[in-house]
Amino acid sequence: MQVLNHFLALRWPPRGAASPARPEGARFDVRLLAMLGVLAVIWIAFDLLTGGLFLSSRNLFNLSLQVSVVGIMAAGMILVIVARHIDLSVGSQVGFLGVLGALVQTAWLAPGNPHAWWLSSAVMLAAGVGIGALQGALVAYAGIPSFVVTLGGLLFLRNAAYQLNSGATIAPLDGTFQMLGGGPNGAIGGAASWALAGATLIVLVSTALRSRRRKQRYGVAQAHPAIEASILACWAAAIVLFVIAMNGYARPSTNEAMGIPVPVLVLIAVTLAISAVAQRHRFGRHVFAVGGDPQSAQLAGIDTRWVVMRVFMLMGLLCGLASIVLTARLNAAASGSGTMMELYVIAAAVIGGTSLAGGAGTILGGTVGALVMQSLQGGMVLLGVPSPIQSMVLAGVLVVAVWLDTLWRGRAK
Amino acid sequence: MDSALIETRGLSKSFGGVKAVENVSLTLGHGEVVALLGHNGAGKSTLIKMLAGVVIADQGEILVDGAHVEIRSPRDSQALGIETIHQSLALADNLDAVSNLFLGREKTGRLGFLDRDAMEQAAQAMLGRMKLRLPSLHALVRSMSGGQRQAVAIARALHFNAKVLIMDEPTAALGPEETRKVGLLIRELASQGIGIFLISHDIHDVFALSKRITVMKGGRVIGTHETSAVSKDEVLEMIILGRQPARLQPVAA
Repeated sequence: MQVLNHFLALRWPPRGAASPARPEGARFDVRLLAMLGVLAVIWIAFDLLTGGLFLSSRNLFNLSLQVSVVGIMAAGMILVIVARHIDLSVGSQVGFLGVLGALVQTAWLAPGNPHAWWLSSAVMLAAGVGIGALQGALVAYAGIPSFVVTLGGLLFLRNAAYQLNSGATIAPLDGTFQMLGGGPNGAIGGAASWALAGATLIVLVSTALRSRRRKQRYGVAQAHPAIEASILACWAAAIVLFVIAMNGYARPSTNEAMGIPVPVLVLIAVTLAISAVAQRHRFGRHVFAVGGDPQSAQLAGIDTRWVVMRVFMLMGLLCGLASIVLTARLNAAASGSGTMMELYVIAAAVIGGTSLAGGAGTILGGTVGALVMQSLQGGMVLLGVPSPIQSMVLAGVLVVAVWLDTLWRGRAK
Repeated sequence: MDSALIETRGLSKSFGGVKAVENVSLTLGHGEVVALLGHNGAGKSTLIKMLAGVVIADQGEILVDGAHVEIRSPRDSQALGIETIHQSLALADNLDAVSNLFLGREKTGRLGFLDRDAMEQAAQAMLGRMKLRLPSLHALVRSMSGGQRQAVAIARALHFNAKVLIMDEPTAALGPEETRKVGLLIRELASQGIGIFLISHDIHDVFALSKRITVMKGGRVIGTHETSAVSKDEVLEMIILGRQPARLQPVAA
């Protein structure tokens, strides 16, 4: 599980610490810590304003469900933006794929078919990859700007979703499928949550130890043990607090703990996997190279067009996954679901520190960005702020976030 | 006769109606430094881009070690042992030195995941062997000086056992001391049998380093001469006027 390494390290490996002239802070992700600080302030403020409602288990459980859909897509959007492109069609993809999956369950398979949940999911994922491949090919090989291609995709897919089922909402959906959305049966329960947390901690610690041994063997510089230990301790605390919060919410009209909802597990898996790809896989390295300097990447022998096409395919796959989670949670497929979601996803990516100029961004940052967005929105809902005002506030936050980002990068130069 | 390391026969390339390179035939032997001279727009860059796989020739042949080869991408070129140090250096500014050294040719372990420790170790060894110094392997290329960036680009080109090295204006961005080091490096590499195409505006460098000089103008080769057989004035005359000084008989290209 070397995949987990960078999470432990929080990109703070003074890996080059042995070399004296290392520019200070080049690796230390101050930004991410600052963002977590902002998040903490938001949470505490809302908790005080709502008289303890915001940090209740129930609210945190719902918040985690809302974050999941946006966070899953943000992971893909970050790679798209890093590669100097944009995908405006993601909200429409979610709507289209949702209707498609629901049709698989209701129109193509007999009701109650035990395979319906995974067959429909597989179709949604495959169709997402297909949409991504088509859009990616138009961008990478036909040379049409991604803004235009995906703007077309936004319009086309939203209406294709309507056309698929004449605009009628499809509900209810397969029972097993619903569990993927984190409904009443869509969480893994208290005991399993603790078991999972324990297993994760064991993996984290052993990965850290293995990485240290490996670096020693290669004679590569590594972080001070105390630093690594304290980062590990922070992660451990976060995991334990999270499980306590999720277990504090009881299944409706029982006192069984809900535990970690399935969508959150999906989000965690996606964040881990895409982070690993971004930072530790050849493909991710090439995405960053293409985003940093497309011409240099090409001269260095990277097939830049294929890289771009695969980025869009990955985005499509993640839209499929997000659509599964959202459709299952709503227990209904409506052609309008996911409307405006592209803006939330792009906002999460940008708030999370992804540079719109390309070449820079972290997946974990995007997850935190999604958390910031949804926390603001969720908090305003609890405070009874009218919906138009909510959107206006979020719009302001987005612009301010980009402004701060510009200042930050200006200073860093 | 020993076949040349690399040879072009009648290479041509047009962009739209403009003939960027026309019927260029050149040879480069083991351990030779051949300088390409000419004004901007003379066709030098297009010529080397064809060898580097960035531009695909319309006509003509490329032979490596006497065998016909197809170069249709930078990868093809690299696979033939041709390494190019582009004038732009072709570095990704947003990545660190190690990432750039292995860019496009990363060492990977299972499932295409990067073997970062192995790359870092190899990078350290590589830079040490070439006596190139960097502040840190993990400093972003963006934060490096011109000389350090050049060092990264050179180290990258040499790591993969190049047979042919193409250097496009390797000293344009460097100070005198760094320029001198690059000169030493070129001699050292040639003595190891690597063939080098050197493109430079610095005619003093060219005379100090090259075995032969090829002058281009308007996409065509004006002439190729042993460096020891021509004067700087004669070379300048060829560059500017685009014709051979009357005194000179061209050597076989």
